[in-house]
Amino acid sequence: MSWRPGPETLRVLIPALSLAVLLAAVFWLQPRAMSYTGLNLLFNLAVPIALATIAQMMIMTVNDLDLSMGTFVSFVACVTATFLQSDPVIGILILAGAIGVYALLGIVIYVRNLPSIVVTLGMSFVWGGLAVLILPSPGGSAPEWLRWLMTSRPPFVPMAIVASVLIALVAHFIVMQSAFGVVMRGVGGNQRSVERAGWSVLRVRAGAYALAGLFAVLAGMMLVGLTTAADANIALRYTLLSIAGVILGGGDFVGGRVSPIGAVIGALTLTLAGSFLSFLRISPDWQIGAQGAILIIVLAVRLLVQRQQQREARQ
Amino acid sequence: MRRAFETLRDKPWIWSFLAAGLVWIATVMVTGGASAGGLTHAALTFAAFTIIVGIGQMFVITLGPGNIDLSIPATMTLAGTLALKFMGVQDGLILPGLLVAIGVGLAIGIANYGLIKLLRIPPIIATLSSSFIIQSTAIWSNRGLRIRPPDSLGAFTTSSTLGIPNLALVALALTIVAWILLERSLYGRWICAIGQNMRAARLAGVPVDGVRLATYTLSAVLASICGYLLASFSGGAALNMGAEFLLMSIAVVVIGGTAVSGGFSNVPGIWGASLFMFLVVSMLNTYGLGAGFRLIMTGLIITCVIIVAGGRRSTAR
Repeated sequence: MSWRPGPETLRVLIPALSLAVLLAAVFWLQPRAMSYTGLNLLFNLAVPIALATIAQMMIMTVNDLDLSMGTFVSFVACVTATFLQSDPVIGILILAGAIGVYALLGIVIYVRNLPSIVVTLGMSFVWGGLAVLILPSPGGSAPEWLRWLMTSRPPFVPMAIVASVLIALVAHFIVMQSAFGVVMRGVGGNQRSVERAGWSVLRVRAGAYALAGLFAVLAGMMLVGLTTAADANIALRYTLLSIAGVILGGGDFVGGRVSPIGAVIGALTLTLAGSFLSFLRISPDWQIGAQGAILIIVLAVRLLVQRQQQREARQ
Repeated sequence: MRRAFETLRDKPWIWSFLAAGLVWIATVMVTGGASAGGLTHAALTFAAFTIIVGIGQMFVITLGPGNIDLSIPATMTLAGTLALKFMGVQDGLILPGLLVAIGVGLAIGIANYGLIKLLRIPPIIATLSSSFIIQSTAIWSNRGLRIRPPDSLGAFTTSSTLGIPNLALVALALTIVAWILLERSLYGRWICAIGQNMRAARLAGVPVDGVRLATYTLSAVLASICGYLLASFSGGAALNMGAEFLLMSIAVVVIGGTAVSGGFSNVPGIWGASLFMFLVVSMLNTYGLGAGFRLIMTGLIITCVIIVAGGRRSTAR
């Protein structure tokens, strides 16, 4: 009984526990969910949300916040359902250009010392406008290969779970294991010391934003693979969901303290919370509110845990 | 010449008025001068809403880096819905209805700052999560029904006095109060002191918590007054009626010359910026450009203004 989890373990343990509790509650309410198809249905829509959450996490690692995530993913979805399907080359060029814009935003925000909230809020109008121009009314169709990828049925474990684990591992490698990830978290922790150690903060920030753009592009593509069509408002909720996912997963707002595995778990928890509430027959009116309440409760629990740890450290 | 230039530099709000004037001329020229009166009237009416929420957001942003109120749209919707429901088309309940709206604002503002203080979370997350709950409450109490405002209230919000829209007069009155609060009262000095350096302000004896609480409450109350007026103006509360005001409230603060990093605010700039934002949209409409293009232009203008105006002082976010 002498083992005590350190703060880093606790960071992933709390979200993992809340996911387990929620999952148990869902199984209890609806035993039929405890199957291959049931799990796939429960977590299907979590895949794009998890990708968007990882994208948001990249930005939060360098102490910024992206309020254009939802409109950007919608924009990507519109491009995927139109250009990527009909002229793949043009589609890929547009998406690559969009990632380039993200890198550029990272540079501009750093060089001009701008608040990322305002810049990304402005950009959210630009992405939204582009999405409306591409798809004025819902429509388009998913490229065959994306459709195949998202509906494939690997043996034993549903696609949604395989994809989530894969996303978590890749993001964990980039942020926690790779050299770039270490410097990136360093920029979040103490930008000046990273600068003095001879790293180019400019490049790191551009890289973090480009990575965010890349993961957000993947989120939009996977979303279209699931829904088979797109519209300009398809992913507006993702801005809030992605921020909430990072926080639920144990990420901090400042200081470069994030957890990629936790973020994916956070995204899964939020998706599951929606299903849980509908199993409880809570009216859809309260679904958004419940997400807000969950966020507040998790933050409150975390504060209590931190207080407890500080108290023990003092003794 | 040089003096004129220095005045321009020291008074950043002049730019927003200049820009608004240019856009006005560009729009009126297309229509051959026929729409000058109507355009001005519409601009004053619609800008009034942005001005009211913009002032609240400006007070919050002045508190310093990281301070922002994202619950404005949800607050507007909830206050508009509850007030209209309470009044239930009865003319006699117009003033009590306004009090209901203000009460909603007071409660939300106190709850917002309570979250920030008790959970020690950044204001952006606190106001975001509370806005989820507020939005759900609004959906639940609205139930998709469109309740009409009392007739005389509806008439008041859509008519004019001496050629000036009543809404613009209300916005003017609120602006004057805000200006006095900010420039001539101790409270205003305290806000700026906290925005420039919270630690120094606390050491200097500024009641930091009280001032921040008052500021978040002020923003929520202004948002609910705006929601009350907007719901009456548009003939009923709609669930998405506050949506566009999130970005607008921040945009007019930034364009109006208030420092995004806090500590320095600018009341007249809110007017210039609000008129400018409305006029840009109507100019693009006059040129026959679609919704997508309008959104892109709005976004680009905001992004470019913030890049040019910059946040030269240190910013946390």
